[in-house]
Amino acid sequence: MPPSSPKRTFWRGVRDALPFLLVVGPFGMLFGVVGSEAGLNILEILSFSIVVIAGAAQFTALQLMVEDVPTLIVLASSLAVNLRLAMYSASLTPHLGAAPIWQRALIAYFTIDQSYAMAIARFEREPEMPLADKVAFFLGCALALTPFWWAATVLGALLGQAIPDWLALDFALPITFLALIAPMLRTLPHVAAAVVSVALALAIASLPYNLGLLVAGLGGMMAGAEVERRQTRRAKP
Amino acid sequence: MIDPAELWFIIIALGVCSFLLRFSFTGLLGDRGLPDWVLRHLRYTAVAILPGLVAPLVLWPPATDGTPDAPRLVAAAATLLVGLLTRNVLAAIAAGAAGLYLAMYLI
Repeated sequence: MPPSSPKRTFWRGVRDALPFLLVVGPFGMLFGVVGSEAGLNILEILSFSIVVIAGAAQFTALQLMVEDVPTLIVLASSLAVNLRLAMYSASLTPHLGAAPIWQRALIAYFTIDQSYAMAIARFEREPEMPLADKVAFFLGCALALTPFWWAATVLGALLGQAIPDWLALDFALPITFLALIAPMLRTLPHVAAAVVSVALALAIASLPYNLGLLVAGLGGMMAGAEVERRQTRRAKP
Repeated sequence: MIDPAELWFIIIALGVCSFLLRFSFTGLLGDRGLPDWVLRHLRYTAVAILPGLVAPLVLWPPATDGTPDAPRLVAAAATLLVGLLTRNVLAAIAAGAAGLYLAMYLI
């Protein structure tokens, strides 16, 4: 077992997260642009990003408020987009559940798609990593990305309409997720989970409030678990 | 115009509820063990959620009002392909951006 060195692991997390600054920046700017177009001031846009830190839910909430949808529907729809965060929390529990409560609260606040995906990929490759190092790695990823996300939303709000459409900032998000997913497709169960998830998400994209994503996610997890179970059963004598 | 009172209510309520979702399992379960079959499902959370999130955005981008868009399809294919071949995040992102702008320029 490697000696525990949380400080070094923290910086490894920071370093691993750096490539994602390329995509978190444009996506954060896009939120700033859309927010200022909706009439929000800089303080409101920045508070949104600091209090919620969840891009997809922020866009959903803003869009529905502009469309004058009733407040409770705005809240429910945005929360449905964020339900996946509870699944991330469950998935992190075997790795980080033994950490002190204040560290778990800090980790919860900083759980975004990127910090979660990078950390879980690392934990799976190095399951013997000591607890303190796992916490440090997660926080390294998170602290490299989130201040940048906040700064990018402010920059987007300041530049506003000056950003031309052809930059296609919206596509920074799909590129981020694809770059996160591709290296994870190492084994047959992982591929099965991804394929089933995509098929379900496309087939039921019309479900309201983004509930299709939850069905697709659960279906993908079941597919992955089932393929793994069959593989292990066959491997046994 | 969005009413400022409604906006602040949404910001705070969405923030608090999102935190509770993020804290749900790590906070309440802590280090109590989970049964094997649950762990087996949880191992596939990331590869099951992220592709489902991204697939509709690639095929029906909101920025083009849901019409499939060739440069975005090229960008997605380039990111995925380079990511699979190199297992390198930076290379995958660079390939995606290059594919996007090159296809926009050419088409």
